Amino acid sequence: MLSTNTLPAVSSGPTVRSVKPFAPIRYALVIAIVCLAVYFGRWDWIGDYWMRLANGIGVTLLLLVSSCVLGFALALPLGVVQATGPRLLAWPARAFCTVIRGTPLLLQLWMLYYGLGAVFAQFPEIRASIFWPVLRTAWPYGLVALVLSFAGYAGEIMRGAFAGVPKGELEAAYTFGMNRRTAFFRIWLPRAVQRALPTLTGETILQLKSTPLVATVTVIDVFAVISKVRQDTYLTYEPLILLASLYIILTITLTRLLRIFEARAIRR
Amino acid sequence: MFDLTLLSLSPPGWGATLLCGFLNSVTLAAGGYLIGLVIGIGGALGKLSDNAFLRELCDIYTTAVRAVPELVLILVLYYAGTDALNQLLTVLGFASVDISGLAAGILVIGVVQGAYSTEVLRGAILAIPHGQVETAKAYGMSPLLTLRRVTLPAMLPFALPGLSNLWLIATKDTALLAVVGFGELTLATKQAAGTTKDYLLFYTAAAAMYLCLTLLSNLVIKLIDRRATRGLAVMHA
Repeated sequence: MLSTNTLPAVSSGPTVRSVKPFAPIRYALVIAIVCLAVYFGRWDWIGDYWMRLANGIGVTLLLLVSSCVLGFALALPLGVVQATGPRLLAWPARAFCTVIRGTPLLLQLWMLYYGLGAVFAQFPEIRASIFWPVLRTAWPYGLVALVLSFAGYAGEIMRGAFAGVPKGELEAAYTFGMNRRTAFFRIWLPRAVQRALPTLTGETILQLKSTPLVATVTVIDVFAVISKVRQDTYLTYEPLILLASLYIILTITLTRLLRIFEARAIRR
Repeated sequence: MFDLTLLSLSPPGWGATLLCGFLNSVTLAAGGYLIGLVIGIGGALGKLSDNAFLRELCDIYTTAVRAVPELVLILVLYYAGTDALNQLLTVLGFASVDISGLAAGILVIGVVQGAYSTEVLRGAILAIPHGQVETAKAYGMSPLLTLRRVTLPAMLPFALPGLSNLWLIATKDTALLAVVGFGELTLATKQAAGTTKDYLLFYTAAAAMYLCLTLLSNLVIKLIDRRATRGLAVMHA
């Protein structure tokens, strides 16, 4: 959703201070919110739901990892053909990225689940095939929508990254006698990924925040479990507070992990 | 393959419903974006202020909003937010109000957008050559006048890429309000498709509408960008 725009680095003057967390206020606030929530809230439902919640978090993480891996695998060819490929391939790739980035993910997801799902159901051949037990469930549609969405955004990032690798490095590779294939896998691809890494990690965090959409097509992730709690208990605040806190913890953990990974990958 | 008469404006066509939803989406996006900009200017100034408490407060706001999925925020603000507001009004002795879906939706999008535009504007303000702000001070301009005449216009070229990105996000985030039952384009599409069972037709039509909005916005953004960066050779390099 939000791709980071690099702002031109212009000298920013002497009196500029970075926003450093002013720790005492932050910790006091977190502790106060937790105490207030525990004291005033009703939390007896957690006993009945904690297994399902843990399951839901597992589903969320599984969707995140699988959609990012598959989406990135799809983004590589999308980026390559847009950067250098023949026009016959570049044009559809460009159109795909534009459509994915130009329409809401929720609409894409519903189009796949309700639209394509209904079309599939019309064909007796598909209903009789061995794939039908899988195609009747919701998760393939959720996963495909997330994969396509990630591929669309990452494809655009990789286009820029592939095009941005200095020509001299490739020429040096050819001078060393590498053929196109070797040069691609040893020089062009690693250099492009390295350049795109900060943007890609940002995209991964955005992907985590897109996963709850699959709950709207009955995939039981952590968001869906909380929705069930809200329906069963009629509580307004407590389930939503827990849900928001869970996502904050997930996002912060993921950000830290990706930062470590990024530092390692660039050092190499 | 498609029965295009279903898209006609008069019943039995659903064209009017879709167009109405589309207008709602655009209103939501525009209103939310503007509120987000106002919050963003305040947030950016707060983050750059001398007051440590204010800085911390703005930082907590942007961190929390950007760490929670938009869909969850929409649920929190739409259900818990309106409930909390009404309870507060009751405590204060006012009659509770019935907040319209549109107003709540605009507010929700605005709060989400505000966090992101705070970051964009903060970066842009930091990118202004410092001498310009000092010159304004040297001329004896008051802080507000400096903001209006120097800081805001000077940061605009730096903020435009981020801000245009945010507008595109705002148009797509409106779709999430379908989940809380607000009648914007995505929900209208779902209803039309569910009633007629002509799913692909309506979803394709809605996708085309969103795409037109995005492409048209891109065109306008290009024009604004060209105007705002005129005379700044570095920006296009």
